[in-house]
Amino acid sequence: MTTPPGGEPVGDVPVVSNDDVVRVRQIVRSAADSAGFSLVDQTKIVTAAGELARNTLVHGGGGTAVIERSVNDRRKAGLRIVFTDRGPGIPDVEQALTDGWSTGNGLGLGLSGARRLVDEFTLESAVGEGTTVTVVKWIR
Amino acid sequence: MRQIPILKIGELLLVSIQIDLQDQTVVALQEDLAEEIVRTGARGVIIDISAVDIVDSFIGRMFSTIAAMSRLMDAETVVVGMRPAVAITLVELGLSLDGVRTALDLEQGMRLLESSLGER
Repeated sequence: MTTPPGGEPVGDVPVVSNDDVVRVRQIVRSAADSAGFSLVDQTKIVTAAGELARNTLVHGGGGTAVIERSVNDRRKAGLRIVFTDRGPGIPDVEQALTDGWSTGNGLGLGLSGARRLVDEFTLESAVGEGTTVTVVKWIR
Repeated sequence: MRQIPILKIGELLLVSIQIDLQDQTVVALQEDLAEEIVRTGARGVIIDISAVDIVDSFIGRMFSTIAAMSRLMDAETVVVGMRPAVAITLVELGLSLDGVRTALDLEQGMRLLESSLGER
C-alpha cells in the first residue's frame, strides 16, 4: 500500500470553541503516541498544536485543524497538522513570529514558541482572507 | 466546563489539576483561588500538576498570575510535580514561569512553604 500524496488522514477537527482546542490536543496526542513519537516529542507537538489551535480560535475567529500522518522522501514518518482560518490575516508575518509580539492579551509566545517545538513550520497569510499554518514533526 | 477543587490543609490551599485544562477553566481557577485565599486566610498555595501532560503559554501565564496575585494577598505559591517532558517543552516554548516557585513533588512543596512561613 502506498501513502497518498497528502499523507494518511487522522482527523479533521473544527476549531470553534475552547473545547475544540482541547480536542485537537487529544487527537494529536493519540496520533503522536500511536505513530511512535517519544514522550518528549509527543509533548512538544501537542503543546504546539494547542498554541496554534488557540490562535485559530482567538485570532482567526475559528477554523479547522487537519491532522495527518506523513512520510518524507527518505521514508521518515511524522505528523503534519494544518490550521486554517478565514480570519483577518496577519499583516506582518515577520513581526508576528517575534517572541513577545502580541495582539491579544497573551505573552506573544504562541506562534514563535510553536515554531521552536516542531521541525517544519510554514505560515501563509493574506490580509482579509485568512491564515494557514502548517507544522510537521518527524519521528526521531 | 469543569471546576477544579481547592482543598484547605491547615494554612495551605491545595489545588490538584486532574483534567485537560481549557482556557476558561484556567481563568475560573484564578478567580476561585483569589476568593479562597481571602475567605480562608491561607498563607500558601500549592498547585499540583503531576497529572498534567501539557503546559502551554496560557497555562504557564496562569501560574505566574496566581503567584503574583497570591503574593499581594500575603500567600506564597508553589507549583509541584512538573513532568520532565513538560519542563523540556516549556523551556523550548520560551516560558520561564517568572516569580513561580517550584518543587519536585507535593511533599517537598509543603516543606518549602512550611519553612518559609516559619521564617516570617
